[in-house]
Amino acid sequence: MSTEAIPAAPATTLGRANHPAARLLIARHHLRWWETLPWLAAAAFYFVFPDYLGFGTSLMITILFALSLDLALGYAGIITLGHAAFFGAGAYTVGLLAFHNIWTEPITSLMLAALAAAAVGVASGLVLLRTQGLTLLMLTLCTMALLQEGANMAHDFTGGFDGLPSLDIAPVFGVFEFNPLYPDTQYLYTLAILFVCFIFIRTLIYSPFGQSLTGIRENLLRMHAIGAPVRRRLVVCYTISAALAGIAGGLWAQTNAYVNLSALDLDRAATVLIILILGGYGRLYGAFVGAAAYMALEHFLARIYPTAWQLGLGLLLVVVALYARNGMLGLGEVIWRRYRARRTAS
Amino acid sequence: MNAAIDFASILLGGLAAGTVLFIVSVGLSVTMGLMGFVNLAHGAFAMFGGYIIVLAMNRAHFGFPVALALGFLGTAALSVVLEQSLYRRLYRAGELDQVLLTIGLIFIFMATLTILVGPQSQPLQLPSELGGQINLGFMQYRTYSIFLIVVGALIVVGIWLAFERTRIGAQIRATVDNRRMAESLGINVDRLFTITFAFGSGMAALGGGLGAEFLGLDPQYALKYLVYFLIAVSVGGLGSVVGVYYASLLLGTLDFILKLYLPKGGTIFIYVLTILVLLWRPQGLFGRKSA
Amino acid sequence: MAALSREAYGIMTELRLETRALSRRFGALVALQEVDFKLAAGARHALIGPNGAGKTTFINLLAGALPPSRGRVLLKGEDITDKKQAARVKLGIARTFQINRLFRGLSVLENVCMSVAERVGAAPTMFYPVGRRTDVIEESMHLLDVLKLAADAAHRVSELPYGRQRLVEIAIAIGLKPDVLLLDEPAAGVPSAESHIILDAIERLPEHIAVLIIEHDMDLVFRFAKRVTVMVGGALFAEGTPREIEDNPQVRAVYLGQAGRG
Repeated sequence: MSTEAIPAAPATTLGRANHPAARLLIARHHLRWWETLPWLAAAAFYFVFPDYLGFGTSLMITILFALSLDLALGYAGIITLGHAAFFGAGAYTVGLLAFHNIWTEPITSLMLAALAAAAVGVASGLVLLRTQGLTLLMLTLCTMALLQEGANMAHDFTGGFDGLPSLDIAPVFGVFEFNPLYPDTQYLYTLAILFVCFIFIRTLIYSPFGQSLTGIRENLLRMHAIGAPVRRRLVVCYTISAALAGIAGGLWAQTNAYVNLSALDLDRAATVLIILILGGYGRLYGAFVGAAAYMALEHFLARIYPTAWQLGLGLLLVVVALYARNGMLGLGEVIWRRYRARRTAS
Repeated sequence: MNAAIDFASILLGGLAAGTVLFIVSVGLSVTMGLMGFVNLAHGAFAMFGGYIIVLAMNRAHFGFPVALALGFLGTAALSVVLEQSLYRRLYRAGELDQVLLTIGLIFIFMATLTILVGPQSQPLQLPSELGGQINLGFMQYRTYSIFLIVVGALIVVGIWLAFERTRIGAQIRATVDNRRMAESLGINVDRLFTITFAFGSGMAALGGGLGAEFLGLDPQYALKYLVYFLIAVSVGGLGSVVGVYYASLLLGTLDFILKLYLPKGGTIFIYVLTILVLLWRPQGLFGRKSA
Repeated sequence: MAALSREAYGIMTELRLETRALSRRFGALVALQEVDFKLAAGARHALIGPNGAGKTTFINLLAGALPPSRGRVLLKGEDITDKKQAARVKLGIARTFQINRLFRGLSVLENVCMSVAERVGAAPTMFYPVGRRTDVIEESMHLLDVLKLAADAAHRVSELPYGRQRLVEIAIAIGLKPDVLLLDEPAAGVPSAESHIILDAIERLPEHIAVLIIEHDMDLVFRFAKRVTVMVGGALFAEGTPREIEDNPQVRAVYLGQAGRG
């Protein structure tokens, strides 16, 4: 029995860091080859499906929105049905600035959209994140509904139910024009913004801050017991998530040149939640997979058989809730693990 | 004198609306307080039951009381089937999974009713005894509204008595209070929940049918009013029948008044009020504070 | 036990944790009444008592997870009664839970890194990856080495047998480099075949840490504790060396039962 006391000063060589567990942790954030696939696919899409660029743009905006929700829900464990509040805050910021001819430069407008959404995020986060469970769910719902009603009431500014049409968006870098008939600019612009935001999110996830969010989600009491300032972390995470959702909303307004109350709708918030869970939350790429699958199916089915689409979606959700809680990526992981086990066994 | 009559008629209108809200929501409050299960599909049960009641009267020409009974029993039966096959599996699961399951059920209900009955609104033919106006002494008012208010009051008293005086009521109260303790006392919590869930869903059906006249009844019902049911339940306090009664009456009256005087965006005040109440008392007005 | 040097003795008698008239009620239920308690530096102090005596409530009050109804808590002479749990951790109090509270989906190494990162202030950083903080990873690996958990470092906590999970629970607390360590039934639920690893770990804790341990396992208490306090019905019932407690007839009657030891 060793009588070595713990802990002595750690060795200064990287000796201990050579342990396989340590190496895993150190290399966790390294880029894997398949992480380039979504971007290659997006680039290929541009050339292969030039008639579907509008759909592609819409898809990428949805991915960004779902990514923002994943930060709050998948990593910090904040269950919210009101995330469209931030999407709408960003959308209306861009819309109001453009419609009333105050500011039309797209990239700085997006930054302002992010700021506005972050303001809503930090204000609501400070107040709401004291609560949990059903109470929190209700509060996020009511905040979003409140914003929607407010936008409706201020219809002189916001156009109310009809919204703000024909927004004037200045060309990107003064050169690339937004043309509704040729959505090339919209597509590439959105792709670039999505890429930048994704790099940011990925860095955040793999940082110590991201790790502590996982800790909060996995075991809240433990995090309190190791001295983590839980509420501060949650509010920061919520605010960043809100800012990203605001950018998605701003993009939506810019690429559609139109804003209306649907930006703040429960339908939108519920849909992005469904998309994220279908793809797999807390897995960074769940947003990509879920959004692509959902929007593709919706595009083909909902138009032709809307009722059948609703029925199918309902059945799918029930099945996922019971058997595939971790979504498509979760299922993929299970299958991959079984495949690996079978290979090593044989 | 006229102002008093105006005030009274607004109040009565609001109370009637609130009563419908209560009848639908009481089941949700008790089951959520009992099992902690986030059942967003509760409105879908109300819709389903409402359809049974209205169709029984319109197409099969059953009388009002018979139709109500059919709606109650049919929905209760369906809820038992769903509870045993689906809900039961997610009792220990997180909120997210429960939300997902019940949203899926909402879509299934909505689509099924659209396919079977059609997307149009189903009108409720009131029985002649309940139509027209009734003399209240100082004024005349819609008979049906008074009927609703009275029925609602009877229901809340009845349920309250059942909770306080019957054995099963005591068991429910004990389980809401402290589930583990109740289990160790030998209370069959699973069976209790099935019974309560069936009863709550049956009540929702009654609410859906009785309220069809002014809430309307179409396949969108389950989603349209979901937020209201959730507000009534969370503001009132999970598991408190009295709580959801007061909250429903308050909510119904407020909404009625706002629709009258501030039709464009008046509901913002309801959301503000809900937020303020839930921030002040996260457990609801009559809910229990978890230590 | 080896004789203590004069210096070590001086450190040992310094008061680390103290409570004065600490009380806690839950409505009509009095969980803790007027507890005056002292924990010295380097203490190996066991808290025993029947179930429901208020021991875990006491730990919760010391750790700051629960505010007292009355009374004060002092750390190294400073009043910390109004300080929240996170602040007390920064001041040097760490605790474990009676039922494991671990990050089950993460690896053992990641679990320990969580508390080490909090302590060294690495946790809030957002713009570089976890892997860059090799200091955190090294220190965590060292801790795992000493606690003989290194073999499991890469495994998910949920895959470990319960005894080793319990050890991870202790490792997380030690990662905070506390001056005061509160262990709530560390051997609880551990099969007897595995409980020696818990005992080993506790015996090798640094000397300067003041350790308060709630336990029902009398072997552990007699082997490890230098002082024992008996708590009954929320109040301190008796205090002394393990031998004194064992020989105390009132304690025997209330808790140890006639069978006793020896």
